[in-house]
Amino acid sequence: MTGVVAAGPSVVTLQGVGKRYANGTLAVQGVEMAIGQGDFVSLLGPSGCGKSTVLRMVAGLIAPTTGRIEMAGDTRGAASALRATGDVGFVFQEPTLMPWSNALKNVMLPLRLAGMSRGEAADRAAAALASVGLAGFEKSYPRALSGGMKMRVSIARALVTKPRLLLMDEPFAALDEITRHRLNNDLLTLWQDERFTAIFVTHSVFESVYLSRRIVVMAARPGRVVEDIEVNAAYPRGEVFRTSAEYAAHCRQVSEALHRAMGE
Amino acid sequence: MSVSVSRNEVADAPLEARERTILGLTAEGWLRILMPLAIGVIALGAWEWAVRVREVPSYILPGPLEIGRTLVRDWHTLSVSLWITLQITFAALFVAAALGLALSVLFAQSRVVELSLFPYAVILQVTPVVAIAPLIIIWVDDIRIALLICAWIVAFFPILSNTTLGLNSADHNLQDLFRLYRASRWQVLRRLRLPTAMPYFLGGLRISGGLALIGAIVAEFVAGTGGRASGLAYRILEAGYNLQIPRMFAALVLVSLTGIAIFLAMTLVSHLALRHWHESAMKERR
Repeated sequence: MTGVVAAGPSVVTLQGVGKRYANGTLAVQGVEMAIGQGDFVSLLGPSGCGKSTVLRMVAGLIAPTTGRIEMAGDTRGAASALRATGDVGFVFQEPTLMPWSNALKNVMLPLRLAGMSRGEAADRAAAALASVGLAGFEKSYPRALSGGMKMRVSIARALVTKPRLLLMDEPFAALDEITRHRLNNDLLTLWQDERFTAIFVTHSVFESVYLSRRIVVMAARPGRVVEDIEVNAAYPRGEVFRTSAEYAAHCRQVSEALHRAMGE
Repeated sequence: MSVSVSRNEVADAPLEARERTILGLTAEGWLRILMPLAIGVIALGAWEWAVRVREVPSYILPGPLEIGRTLVRDWHTLSVSLWITLQITFAALFVAAALGLALSVLFAQSRVVELSLFPYAVILQVTPVVAIAPLIIIWVDDIRIALLICAWIVAFFPILSNTTLGLNSADHNLQDLFRLYRASRWQVLRRLRLPTAMPYFLGGLRISGGLALIGAIVAEFVAGTGGRASGLAYRILEAGYNLQIPRMFAALVLVSLTGIAIFLAMTLVSHLALRHWHESAMKERR
């Protein structure tokens, strides 16, 4: 498998990236990837293929044991320079909200940690909440919100710093299908409005095809990239796209690639 | 295209969080108050009846009415003692809470400090306070301070161990999030670990409230100090020597009521602090 070169200038480049955990498990091996500015890339694969590991390495939460991860405009070869300015947003599989704070304060957190004043942070957080459709829920505590709404707060928190790169680790896996579709649409709207680069980890073929411009298929044991598929369908994509023959064809193609990856 | 939250998402939000009543005067709430009250009245009635029918002398077992009368008649002496016991209890609880919190924060900051000091905290906890109270009373000149130290020893450990556990229980993903945004140690402590530890700390406080009272009473028993400035335990001892059994019971009632009041006060504090977010302060889901 050779690395696929991004169309535009790349935001993130992975060269021969591997990760072996302290217990000896080889999580991923030889990952080559270049992610273009403004792209929407899905990492798709079965459980244990290391897609989350790759995402966490890009975020700088864990360090690769081999290879290099480079961010545009960062000569230190790590995610640190970007992270320092809140240029990377991360959405976890769980909403990961602070239960003792209301929605607004949860969204304010990244700004407050960066030392922004309370008033300015509150204004920006309110705007971020409104952008995910939660205007009027600023004072609600996570306990009083539904799963979908909590995930919206989580996305607002990731976007409040206006990141260049948004990393998402199976964010909608726990939601019901109707809510998931709705959040998929809203995510695409936000992506087109705010022009960030998105890396989206999922194990759903349908979700990856619906969202992405590009799908990186991974295989397990050891985790590695096996195919890189482009989804040539115009944005904005809506419910019409979801039922189109074009969508079905892309799903079949990706599904076959996934089966090849699992059958190896 | 604009983004908005869908109706079914809003409808999915937990109901009980929206239909909260302030004083909880539902059928279950009343039941919770009235049933124990009814049991209490029945038990006291049976007691009074048994004492009268069998003509038990009051130096063996006084009836509830006589205990009540004694409580009113001796209120002046007993209230002074109650006040003294309360002072010691709350001073000990306050010191236990402050020191417990401070020490657990220190433990949370440094694993080495925790490993080296925690065993001693355990030793302090497992040594019976009755056994060391005489020593402390000998070593410390001021009897009030000696009593305070005894009560503190008993009350300290639940707060320390609970809060330490709480500080180490922060959600892993939230820790990652703080790391992602390069939060300082202090920011992690203030915005993540201390709030996480809050319910644990309050749980410890609820246990320690009762223990501080027990510690104070036990120490007073051991000290056995007489005079004007002595607490409820000494009134019990004194009444026992003088065969003033109704007065002994009256003092005992005050000790129990104090314990209950402390427990209720700590429960209220806990509820007020956690009502917005913690499961323990929420009404049960149907």
